Amino acid sequence: MALNTSHAPAIAAPGAASSVTGAQVATALREAGIAALLTLGLSIPILAFKTEQNQSNALYLQPRWGVVAVVCGLIFLVRFAVCLRAMRRAAAPARLKAPASPFVQKLFGIAVPLFLGVALTYPLLASLATGGLAGARYWIDLGILILTYVMLGWGLNIVVGLAGLLDLGYVAFYAVGAYSYALLSTTFGWSFWLCLPLAGILAAFWGIILGFPVLRLRGDYLAIVTLAFGEIIRLVLINWVELTNGGAGISSIPRVTFFGVPFDSSENGFASLFGISYSPMHRMVFLYYLILVLALVTNVVTIRLRRLPVGRAWEALREDEIACRSLGINTRNTKLTAFAIGAMFGGFAGSFFAVRQGFVSPESFNFLESAIILSIVVLGGMGSQVGVAVAAIIMVGAPELLRNLGFLKQVFGADFDPNEYRLLIFGLAMVAMMVWRPRGLVGHREPSMVLTERKAISGSLVKEGHG
Amino acid sequence: MEVFVQQLINGLTLGSIYGLIAIGYTMVFGIIGMINFAHGDVFMLSAFIALMLFLFVTAWLGIGSIAIALIIVMIGAMLLTSLWGWTLERMAYRPLRGSFRLAPLISAIGVSIFLSNFVQVSQGARNKPIPPMVRDVIVLFERDGYAVALSYKQIIIMLTTAVLLAIFWYVVQKTPLGRAQRACEQDRRMAALVGIDVDRTISLTFVMGASLAAVAGTMYLLYYGVVSFADGFVPGVKAFTAAVLGGIGSLPGAVLGGLIIGLVETLWSAYFSIEYKDVAAFSLLAIVLIFMPSGILGRPEVEKV
Repeated sequence: MALNTSHAPAIAAPGAASSVTGAQVATALREAGIAALLTLGLSIPILAFKTEQNQSNALYLQPRWGVVAVVCGLIFLVRFAVCLRAMRRAAAPARLKAPASPFVQKLFGIAVPLFLGVALTYPLLASLATGGLAGARYWIDLGILILTYVMLGWGLNIVVGLAGLLDLGYVAFYAVGAYSYALLSTTFGWSFWLCLPLAGILAAFWGIILGFPVLRLRGDYLAIVTLAFGEIIRLVLINWVELTNGGAGISSIPRVTFFGVPFDSSENGFASLFGISYSPMHRMVFLYYLILVLALVTNVVTIRLRRLPVGRAWEALREDEIACRSLGINTRNTKLTAFAIGAMFGGFAGSFFAVRQGFVSPESFNFLESAIILSIVVLGGMGSQVGVAVAAIIMVGAPELLRNLGFLKQVFGADFDPNEYRLLIFGLAMVAMMVWRPRGLVGHREPSMVLTERKAISGSLVKEGHG
Repeated sequence: MEVFVQQLINGLTLGSIYGLIAIGYTMVFGIIGMINFAHGDVFMLSAFIALMLFLFVTAWLGIGSIAIALIIVMIGAMLLTSLWGWTLERMAYRPLRGSFRLAPLISAIGVSIFLSNFVQVSQGARNKPIPPMVRDVIVLFERDGYAVALSYKQIIIMLTTAVLLAIFWYVVQKTPLGRAQRACEQDRRMAALVGIDVDRTISLTFVMGASLAAVAGTMYLLYYGVVSFADGFVPGVKAFTAAVLGGIGSLPGAVLGGLIIGLVETLWSAYFSIEYKDVAAFSLLAIVLIFMPSGILGRPEVEKV
């Protein structure tokens, strides 16, 4: 952990555009030394000792100064590098940041069809790369996971990015969707295609129920109340054992069917219907395309809604609520539709989650999920559809990469599990993201209305709303 | 009646701990208008620091007297947690001052996730129990075989809270630091113009909040004798509820709110259902924010156009 760079001395002599003087190196060394000393202070006792239990279950302290030395050394190096970089930056002539150069805009023009093409052919590409459909199982599964988060991100983007209402309890609607499908299909035996719209409607209904009391709240207060609602729904799911089977969850949820044709090796299964040999991967590929279609529907609906009066009212609400009210926009209905439509897509994603897993339990819907979805929306640059998709790939895909870094085991020993550090790094990344790019990855926005020519506008001109 | 009195005592003890955490929320919100979402995890971290200091003091230094050990542990935990509070403010919040409005909140959520996972990775996911430090109880009265007891540790917790509240109230009301804090709370730019070091004042506010969280952490450890990495979130939300209920920005309000939340929680557990006690606390938070956003002792917020 390095300190921020704001107090780093950063004035260099003119002409020293890219080189750093000896005095500056000395300053950087001193800064790095202070950071390392601070880390040493923070390490006592939480990192320097480990609490272990002995035979009689009593705790004792196990010193591990080696770890502290490694961490302090790392901090020293990171701080040193950050300091030098800041000095070099300050020495270089200042450049004005253009909102979006034509080249970047052109790049975005290519990026969307490219993404779409890759997404459409992904199962094929994955099986070609790994040599066969069965080998691509892991990659297709990862693709499904990423697309689920893309869809959730797009759904939350309606509430947070367009209407400017900070919702920290979005996972509640995901849970409502998942439990709707789980309960309706196991109790009444209804099919996925009947339950999917029902789950969306139920989630939208809950969006209105939870949205109604918070209409007057703004900003941080709204965030905390939505967080409380999300937690209440999770706690009710845990404790209402008669309905939800409590913390044990609902298992053996019916699997997805190809519009009524089951994916199995029987006579009237999917494989024999199409005259191909049976493979369990057919279901995976179908699930992949199902979530791709659901996500694209979310995207198209959002883009179209932005042009409708209600979508324009959302964005106006985000920009200035008081001006909105003065112009006669019904802010209550506008907020409620944003909550309801955002929740509906959360519900769709939830019922997809249930049909994919075949099992739901309250543990899947904790606050961390909400935080992940929100940080996808923020990292994507709130309001930008492409940004959300890129952010979802980074946020969900990068931790998966961490899981596969086998060489780390050779460096840190056999019992080193990189996966343990996933959330630790995730938390740090959230902070770093806010410090370096609070406006997200995609710095420009598509205007929702144009007079003659379509121009991109800088993301920093877009407000983040009051509620 | 006996049950009620007993629950009253338990509720006030729990409420004292919530009140100590709530002061940290209320001071930070008062001065920079931000919900320090990570404060609950700072509290959890401080409980871990207290636990390790306690092991250190009793097992390595061999101090037998519980009173002396407890004082050393509390002061040590306050110092070390303050360092954490200062560093977190410096790293995660100060660079964001003047950034867009959601940035500090999201950064604080990141810090919260980081802290709880840092403790999990460095100390393991298991509950960490210690032998009870103080066992003695005073039996207040007994009727029909049900004894209403007030334990020494409950007395210690309530007394410590009262003394610390008095000290901090004095600091905020009577010292130059407190004056600077109240000035920053009213108008940061104006305070800077009259020569107050705003950054330093905000840093010290975080340090004060963290040190009170450390007292709460030590008291939590003394009361329950067990701590785990996941213990930060729910007490944090409850303490935030307490801060809002008492009127955010008000120091006595935070303690009052803490006591009310503690009482509601214990009485709800005793008379209704223990499973839904967190639901009750979260619902109370929503109800208070919706119907009484300025709290009991807070000033109503005026909307400026």
